[in-house]
Order: sequence, then C-alpha cells, then structure tokens
Amino acid sequence: MAEAGSSKKLPLDAIWRARTSKFGDFAGYDMPLQFEGLIPEHNWTRQHAGLFDVSHMGPSFFALPKGHGLEGDDAHKKVASLIERLVPADIQGLKPGQVRYTMITNEDGGVLDDLMIARPAEPGAAGDLYIVVNAGCKHQDWALIEEATKGEANLVRADDRCLLALQGPTAHEAAAAVVDPALADMNFMTVKRYDAFGRITVTRTGYTGEDGYEILVRAENATELANALLSHAEVKPIGLGARDSLRLEAGLCLYGHDLDPKTSPIEADLAWTIQKRRREAKDFPGAKRILREYELGAAKKRVGIRPNDRAPAREGVEVMKDGKTIGVVTSGGFSPILNGPISMGYVEAAHAEPGHVVDLMIRGVPRSATIVPLPFVPHRYVRKK
Amino acid sequence: MTTRYTKDHEWVRLDGDIATVGISTYAAEQLGDVVYAELPDAGKSFKQGDDMAVVESAKTASDVYAPISGEVVEANAEIKNEQWQIINDAPQAGGWFVKLKIADKSELEGLMDEAAYADYVKGL
Repeated sequence: MAEAGSSKKLPLDAIWRARTSKFGDFAGYDMPLQFEGLIPEHNWTRQHAGLFDVSHMGPSFFALPKGHGLEGDDAHKKVASLIERLVPADIQGLKPGQVRYTMITNEDGGVLDDLMIARPAEPGAAGDLYIVVNAGCKHQDWALIEEATKGEANLVRADDRCLLALQGPTAHEAAAAVVDPALADMNFMTVKRYDAFGRITVTRTGYTGEDGYEILVRAENATELANALLSHAEVKPIGLGARDSLRLEAGLCLYGHDLDPKTSPIEADLAWTIQKRRREAKDFPGAKRILREYELGAAKKRVGIRPNDRAPAREGVEVMKDGKTIGVVTSGGFSPILNGPISMGYVEAAHAEPGHVVDLMIRGVPRSATIVPLPFVPHRYVRKK
Repeated sequence: MTTRYTKDHEWVRLDGDIATVGISTYAAEQLGDVVYAELPDAGKSFKQGDDMAVVESAKTASDVYAPISGEVVEANAEIKNEQWQIINDAPQAGGWFVKLKIADKSELEGLMDEAAYADYVKGL
C-alpha cells in the first residue's frame, strides 16, 4: 500500500474521514476501504442501499467538434463510429439514453480495459457520448482514444467531478426521495441528465449485481448530494472492500485481475458484448483472434469455482486436474451471501463445464472444488417494459 | 503470567514450559470477521518465526508465525471445529490458537511486553 501522502484525496475525503479511519491506496487515490465492516456493509447493500464513492474512476465526455452540423441519429452514428475504432460493441446502434458495457481491445485480441459507453437521452446532446473507464487505466485509455480520433472529436475528462454509486434493492427509494422521483422510472442500462445538485448525469448501472445508480456530480455539489443520500434511512456508506466482494458474487470482472491485455473477451465469457453488426463487419482491434475464438471456442474460459471446503482460494491459486495444472484463480475470497469461499478464474475449455470437479492448490495442498455457473448470486437489475 | 507480543501481532503467554499462542486484539480488529483459520496438528514442531497457522477474513489471508520455538501439544478445538467467531470475540482468551511445549524460554526476551506493544500499536 502506498503512503497516504503520496495518493490523491477524493473531493469528498472529509465526509468519509468523519466515518472511518480505514483508508488505503487504490489506483493512486486514498480510498475508504471499510466503515462498519466488510461483511455488514456487503449485506446492507444486498438488503438496503449502499453509497460508494467511485470518484477515482474515469468519467469523460467524447463529442464531435462544435459546429459539426449533424443532428439526431446522424450525429450519434458519426461519434459512435469514431469510438468503434477501439471497441467491439455496436455503439452506433445505441438508442438515445442507452448504456452499453464494452472493452477496449488490442490488435492481439486482448483487453486493455472494460468500460461503459452511453448515448445521452437529450436531443441537444446528439453527437456526444458519456464514457466511464477504470481508474487504473484512465490515462492510458484517454490517450488511446485521443490518438485514434485526433481532429475528429474531443475528449473532455470529467474526473475532477465526483462519481457516486448508490446500489441495492432500495436504492430507487433513496434516489427518488433525494434526487428526483423520475429516477425510480429509469430502466437498467440507461442514462439521463437531471437538473438537481447542479446538473448531474445519472446511469442506472452498477458493479454489485443489484439495482442502482451511478451519479456524476460536480465536486462543488457533491457534498450536498452525498449528505442528503447518507441521511436517508436506507443508505449507508460502503468501502472498497465490500465493493470487491459484491462484484465477485455478481461474477463481474475486475480489470487487471480477471481481464488483461492477453485475455480475449471470448475467453472472459463476454462474447455477448460483441453485437452482430460488429461481428459481421470484423472491424475492431483484435477481430481476427476474437472472431476465430467466437466461432471455434477459446482454449480457456472464465468460470466460477466453489471450493468444496471452507478455505478461500485467492488470486494466483493454481487449478489442477489429475495433478496437472489446468488454470488459475484470478479473483477469490469469501461470499457473505453464500457464507463460504468463492473464486473466479480461467480453466482449460475441457474442464469449464459446471459440475466439473477440480483441485485448488492452496499453500501447497490440493483441495477439491467444483466449477459452477456465474454469477454466484443472481443479478437483480430492474428491467422495465 | 505476563503476555509477550511480536511485531506481527502474535501474543504468547508462558505457564511452566507450555506457551499459549494467539493473535492480538489489535490484529483481530484489523482483520475483521474471521471466515477461515488453519491450525497445525499436535506433534508439529516450529522454530521461532516459522509459518505456523493461517487466519483469513473476507478481506485478506494472514500468516501467523510461531512467536517462540516449540512443539504443538494442543490446538484450539473450537477453531478446529470451524467456530472462528471466537477469534474475534476473545482473541486473547478463548480464541487462542495453539499450546506449544517450549525448550528455550530465553527466546521470549526479544518480544514486547504489554506496555511496549501498546506503544508499538499506537505508532502504526
């Protein structure tokens, strides 16, 4: 862990300091790790609503230059075609207000980052995209985007603002009460701007498997918003520790652990993020390898792994079958909901079917485990219509 | 009986030639709820500083080192039976890890006493 002095403070640092002393460096930011305790915070988020400060992440707006002269779908298609140079998702096909999960891929078909791209709902914002990348990758991602689209679009970083995630089955109650009743009517994976707490950009998205929101708010309005949410009876602050156990139960990838520049989206079991138009156009970085694996299957696959005893198998633990290494754990820990250890990792395709029994080498001792489907805990996203 | 502490937050209390060993209240608080622990079986011998046990919270796995050389004569049955809550509830009493039969109690001289450990923890 880096020393506190060497990492950046969050704009809402004082709010979190008043509630916990347990901080740690993550991606160059001094982040609250834990408040009441990892397990109670985890369970609170699954039962009520947790507030996470994720201002270390990389929100940005990517827009056609002023005076582009295009409107509506034409403007969107133009800006989307620019970002599609870097990602394999169908961004042109986004409807107004729709959000999509995708990846920046490299020429070898590996993943440089995973990210969210949103098409604003407002007609006046046609030709803009709202893009949120990972904290640890943001400088590299933004440089790649700027380099690939130089002179054709502008990238405006918004990481001087605050990004607050409100997650859990009652998140909609707190959001409706504190921000705007209309938040309760948003569909999962949509975006909308609201004139509240300055001007905020809200997506109904998250990283816990629960319903919830991620709210981009200017730093000068963020204290007021955070305090208003925290004073709602359903809301408690949640640290980075529970954020990790929640996303692991939800089977969601953590970049740099479950995804990296050598691992393809197909190996990561993320083929669903590459829509048909892009598969047919074969026009994204790494398309050759990614589409070959899409057709023929990859040699290895990301899977859920449940140890058959109580010992957690953490990142780096080897997966064995009949004494031979067949894979590795990339994320692992304890599931408060299942009250037992869970892991995620990559295994050879022949052993990737749920039900396969494997061994995990924990401190030199092989321990039985079973391949299981992901997620470990069912998603509870709110899909209307 | 005085309790001595290591910089890695193990405690050891000597009664004759039997040393009872565990993790400190500070360590248990830092760790959070214990979700797994692995203790050595009776009969195993350790040198001072050897990896002796493992204790895990949702957050992390921590090695527990032998604070003094000796042979395990008893491991805490409650912990062996997966009743890990005792480590959080009473880390310096019922949540002890093992009892070691020791040969050289002079090894304790390099460890901190209660006051020195309290100062050490304050500085962390």
